[in-house]
Amino acid sequence: MSRYLAIFRTFARACLVRDMTFRANFLLECLTSLGWMSMNLAFYLLVFTFTPEIGAGSGWTKAPFFAFVGTGLIVNSIVQALFMPSAEELTEMVRTGGLDAVLVQPLDAQFLVSMHRVDFSSFANGLVGVGLVAWAVPRLEHAPGPIAWLVYPLTILCGVAILYGLVIMLAAATILMGRNQSLYDFWFYLTNFSRYPAEIYAGPWGGPLRAVCTFVIPILLVVNVPARVLARPLAGEAWWAVGTALLAACASLALSRAVFQAALARYRSASS
Amino acid sequence: MSGRSVTLEPDRHVAPPRLLEGLRVWCTMLAICLEERLVYRGDFLLGTAMRFLPIVTQIFLWTAVFSATSRADIAGYTRDDVVAYYLLTMLTRAFSSMPGLAGGIARSIRDGSIKKFLVQPVDFIGFLLAARVAHKLVYYAVAIVPFAAVFLLCRGYFPPPPDAPTVLVFLASLVLAFLLGFFMEATLGMLGFWVLEVSSIVFGYMLVQYLLSGHMFPIDMLAGIPTGMPGVSVADLVQWLPFGYTAYFPAAVWLGKIEGQELFRALAVEVGWVVVMALACRAAWHRGTRRYGAFGG
Repeated sequence: MSRYLAIFRTFARACLVRDMTFRANFLLECLTSLGWMSMNLAFYLLVFTFTPEIGAGSGWTKAPFFAFVGTGLIVNSIVQALFMPSAEELTEMVRTGGLDAVLVQPLDAQFLVSMHRVDFSSFANGLVGVGLVAWAVPRLEHAPGPIAWLVYPLTILCGVAILYGLVIMLAAATILMGRNQSLYDFWFYLTNFSRYPAEIYAGPWGGPLRAVCTFVIPILLVVNVPARVLARPLAGEAWWAVGTALLAACASLALSRAVFQAALARYRSASS
Repeated sequence: MSGRSVTLEPDRHVAPPRLLEGLRVWCTMLAICLEERLVYRGDFLLGTAMRFLPIVTQIFLWTAVFSATSRADIAGYTRDDVVAYYLLTMLTRAFSSMPGLAGGIARSIRDGSIKKFLVQPVDFIGFLLAARVAHKLVYYAVAIVPFAAVFLLCRGYFPPPPDAPTVLVFLASLVLAFLLGFFMEATLGMLGFWVLEVSSIVFGYMLVQYLLSGHMFPIDMLAGIPTGMPGVSVADLVQWLPFGYTAYFPAAVWLGKIEGQELFRALAVEVGWVVVMALACRAAWHRGTRRYGAFGG
């Protein structure tokens, strides 16, 4: 484990050196990332000029909702920074046979495929997320207690683990399909479901969708659970949600590992 | 030995006209691009199906917004109108979005592969247009099934169909949206002749495009936001920019949000932008290739 941590530190340092070599590009990447996020925030602000809350009686008024959005930014920025850049490269590695070079390394293939590149500019959104949470928390009806502040980072890690499992399964799909340029699109569209409070998925279609996105592909737990830990009193049902997120995170990691290994077993090199 | 004279001079009487020859080349390019698009069918099918997912969250989000407000409509849009609007923008974006076009042009400038278009008698912009038409044709052939299914499933959200002239304007606006999207992105890609890496510029463009095209919300919702100029809202300003014609305009036409003289003014603005961007694209190609230098084999 310590060997892998040391290797990851080396990867991260190399990426940071590379980013700092092209500082203007790094700043531009941060700015474009922040621009995209600001546009979404502008949209939410526009929505709140028309309504006091998202969903009648849901409790997602402006401050809790922006705590939710901030939490989402934190979780997504961690995944975008640590895992997505490597996973995005995989599609070309499979198509061109570059994956062969990974498989002959004396290291775990999943580790190399998912963590060899770190995109530091993606942390910019996470910092804004922290800022949003800091803005929203004093405006919440129920101020989070010390236990909530302890559980909050844990549930954020659960969210990251669930998304990591998803990234690995998409990577496995890339290996099986030979090419999967839609990987990033698929990721974007699927994580889109986690961008809003679970309460919006109501009614004859919303109920089953909410169940699927909670228990089958637990994407709704990624942001909803940590955001609830902050925005709602941590009692009763909230503990069940925390437990479910923990279970889902463990299951996601285990299942994705199994799927990735099965996909690798079927990998046929494209190189000559 | 009976002698038959052989001449190297082309017979001007049987040579196909230039227009016909050009059309034949264009059709060949289209056929090649169609075949290329169909090589990775699994990837393509997955990508097409996935595009319907964001609309689902938008429908639930706006349903939740309307459930929490006492308003019957927002900026003239009822809940059903908003749902119909998002579905229609999906359709308009299927015409106007050009994934990978600008980045692809910039890449071929950077890696030198564009030089083959400088020595072959093939017009680069014409080739790109053929490739994009092929891309769209394959996309529509695959997407027509999910599109039809979704529109049929959500038919209750739509108002009664508009009259025939409005449908014609709607169809014209879709074709113009395709051309506008193509020429805007191709022009952006041509910037690769001047700056090696255009990805940040493209990202900035996508950002503005996403916000101001009406992809996120109907532009009418910006009517209450002042610009600082007396009597001019952000929505008024956006009507004169090209972005709204790639998503908002066709959808608004179908839903009857733009009618009468305003409809023809907007259509004229759209035609104007298509002409401006086509000329800009051609000018960028002309000037760019004059300063382009390629080295090596």
